[in-house]
Amino acid sequence: MSAPSQDRATESAPVIPEFPTDRPLAAIYGRNARSVIERGFKVIARQNWAVLVSGFFEPVLYLLAMGLGLGALVGEVSGPGGSSIPYTAYIAPALLATSAMNGAIYDSTWNVFFKLRFARVYHAMLQTSLGPMDVALGEIFLALFRGFLYACGFMAVMLVMGLVTSPWAILMVPVALLIAVGFASVGMAVTSYLKSFQQMDVINFVMLPMFLFSATLYPIEVFPEVIQWFIKAMPLWHGVELMRHLAVGFVSGATLGHALYFVAMTVFGVWFTTVRLRALFLR
Amino acid sequence: MPPVTSPAAATGYPIVVAEDLTKVYGQNRAVDGITFSITSGESFGLLGPNGAGKSTTMRMIGGTLTRSGGTMRVAGLDPAERGPEVRAHLGVVPQQDNLDEELTVRDNLIVYGRYFGLPHSYLRTKADELIEFAQLTDKAKSKTTALSGGMKRRLTIARALVNEPKLLLLDEPTTGLDPQARHVLWDRLFRLKEVGVTLVVTTHFMDEAEQLCDRLIVIDHGRIMAEGSPRSLIRDYATREVLEVRFGAQRNAAVVDQLADVATRLEVLPDRILVYTDDGEAALEEISARGLTPITSLVRRSSLEDVFLRLTGRTLVD
Amino acid sequence: MTDTAHDLQRLAASGRVPPPEVMAARARRWGWWYYVEYWLRTAKAWAQSIVIYMIGEPLLYLIALGVGLGTLVDSGVGTVDGVSYLVFVAPALLISTVVMSTGGELTYPVMAGFKWDRLYYGPHATPVTPAQIGTGQFVGVMLRFVVQAAIFWAIMVAFGAVPRGVLVSALVIPIGVLSAAAFGALLQAYASTLRDEGYQFAFVQRFVIMPMFLFAGTFFPLSSMPIYLHWIGWISPVWHGTQLARQVTYGAVETVWLTIVHVLFLSLCTLVGVRWMRRSYTQRMGA
Repeated sequence: MSAPSQDRATESAPVIPEFPTDRPLAAIYGRNARSVIERGFKVIARQNWAVLVSGFFEPVLYLLAMGLGLGALVGEVSGPGGSSIPYTAYIAPALLATSAMNGAIYDSTWNVFFKLRFARVYHAMLQTSLGPMDVALGEIFLALFRGFLYACGFMAVMLVMGLVTSPWAILMVPVALLIAVGFASVGMAVTSYLKSFQQMDVINFVMLPMFLFSATLYPIEVFPEVIQWFIKAMPLWHGVELMRHLAVGFVSGATLGHALYFVAMTVFGVWFTTVRLRALFLR
Repeated sequence: MPPVTSPAAATGYPIVVAEDLTKVYGQNRAVDGITFSITSGESFGLLGPNGAGKSTTMRMIGGTLTRSGGTMRVAGLDPAERGPEVRAHLGVVPQQDNLDEELTVRDNLIVYGRYFGLPHSYLRTKADELIEFAQLTDKAKSKTTALSGGMKRRLTIARALVNEPKLLLLDEPTTGLDPQARHVLWDRLFRLKEVGVTLVVTTHFMDEAEQLCDRLIVIDHGRIMAEGSPRSLIRDYATREVLEVRFGAQRNAAVVDQLADVATRLEVLPDRILVYTDDGEAALEEISARGLTPITSLVRRSSLEDVFLRLTGRTLVD
Repeated sequence: MTDTAHDLQRLAASGRVPPPEVMAARARRWGWWYYVEYWLRTAKAWAQSIVIYMIGEPLLYLIALGVGLGTLVDSGVGTVDGVSYLVFVAPALLISTVVMSTGGELTYPVMAGFKWDRLYYGPHATPVTPAQIGTGQFVGVMLRFVVQAAIFWAIMVAFGAVPRGVLVSALVIPIGVLSAAAFGALLQAYASTLRDEGYQFAFVQRFVIMPMFLFAGTFFPLSSMPIYLHWIGWISPVWHGTQLARQVTYGAVETVWLTIVHVLFLSLCTLVGVRWMRRSYTQRMGA
């Protein structure tokens, strides 16, 4: 019964869905992540489309420069299983994995932090019957949607350049999403500890070396064994190997192992983020 | 308890009940064990200076801030345990506008309604009504960045009404607005109160508290200093009138002793002396008769500012 | 608080302040430097993390791209431009990273100065002019790059990537700063013209800075790209700077007139950029 609708109350009574009592996660989940996603699509529809599209070019530029330019200097390298493949074909899957990582980390750290602290978008959401979990699920879904578009675009470029040589390669798109969800879930939990933009730079301190050393542009065998083990503990290396296996159709138990690494990372990340949701949003 | 003045409250039920509510940030006890109850239909105020713990209390009512201690029931539910359900009953107007700057005025209302799970069919007509209520009809398609401060505030209030809440939480609703915009806003809030919406208002403006609140609590350093209707508080903690006199920075302290017996009570501030009395004009004549001519003088009615000064020894806005 | 009349008198007019004309004259001459001082003061807050970054970045790039990637190249074509890949890529990485740092220093902070934090409007209320504020910020950032280039150079020396000798190779420091000035001045001028929230910076990052890093002769000689792409190098401060840097670190061979073109190009970009920036600051803040 509020003033504006007083005279018209009969024709438009509010229909707020009933909540079942004592369901799990009642404190943080309003079962309405869909409305957060709807908001995201409304914004995308109004957004500068060129910005959205431009995100797709970054890995493509890397592929052209490193693959064609540097490839002329490098020639052929040994791919999964020891077969010799062109340098472009060697780095393309790695760039897709890296791009999935970068997008997911950007969306779950910078983007979340900005909306939390400056745009205050989440403040508004959380004063409604949404809980922090609705917001987190909605935002992760939107990040994955963007990731999906970029992965499809990159696959199309690989196809045109003749870099897709195995039917297994079709799995690279869902795998890009798996990599993204792993990084995004952990990234969001990490964001809950951050207080300033300067601390955000720490994230770059982790991402840049991970990109430079995870067998993206050259095999890790050039490093001493101790360093190799360290690299192999990092998630991106598993993402790169997984993509590379699928790209040439060299699928083995190791391929599954790399995929399981990301499944485990996702499970851990989702648990971690759920635990940290109150610290992230309700402070 | 002081008399309840709102007609609706006479038949109301306790919609918010807080007992020994506490919020601790490290060493700082932002809210330090406060107990209060709000009856449906009344207009309830939290009055206090910046940093007193008003906004913290508001956020704990909505469950968007976890409390450190005490109990809280809103519409019979604990906001910490059932945040989403509790907030379905609430309309929240935060201290700082948090409109969605990436959306238009109308989309702000619709998207916000979706957060409550309201259907599009309801929201389409509701958005138009709310835009009309907020007097933003010709701005419906503009982005919110194009609105003035007063318009943004009205939109934020309209947005808080999208779920037709029983309880409207308003945190410093008119801070930063010019006098005209404030009056427009007060008029909107009055209308809501008239149709039975429960208002909870935090403010550090006396005039706002006097205009809007049936009953209020005065908070300082996270504690309740007093409780009652504005009129009863003024009656209990101040006199009917106040005479403000200035003798200049150097002389104020010197003349205080000679004023003691003309007043019920005196407050010496750095720049002026407040003489509490039931007849300000008579007190001024008496002071002049003693040959103590002030540089400036002013007789006014007592306000909540005086209540606060009496309770804490400090002025509210400094 | 100073309450006594005497204290107030001293606060309001101690007689130790020079006449307004004198203050104005000093600001006319040194206003830009006053803003540099301010910039350095604020930079102190981030100094620690900036220094870690300035040491960490060259280490990472030289190990990963010089040594790691170098292993592939050396077993591929052997040498590039007559030297090992590490020696070839190191000076280019110095130029690239310094130029790319302008993307952080002279974009969002400019927007913050005009719009978000309105930092420029404090000094604007003093005798310091808008053009001096812009110049001050530019010079402050260039001072940072002197340090950044010097650290990079020292690490290159440690990696043994300067066969032409330590002394001559130190010239990469001024070359690096000049390259950053050439691009930075234009970028700062452009940033000062933007009124909106600055999604344009994402474009600059993706379509100007990134291609410059990837295609302007950093990782492979311009000549190994098809001829119709060479123009990307010719218009890039990164390429001109890199070509100069390679001469002083390992003695890359180039005709004299081309060397002159590099220097002229970089100087001209700086000059045009600074003039444009000063005019834009003045117009935007109203003389």
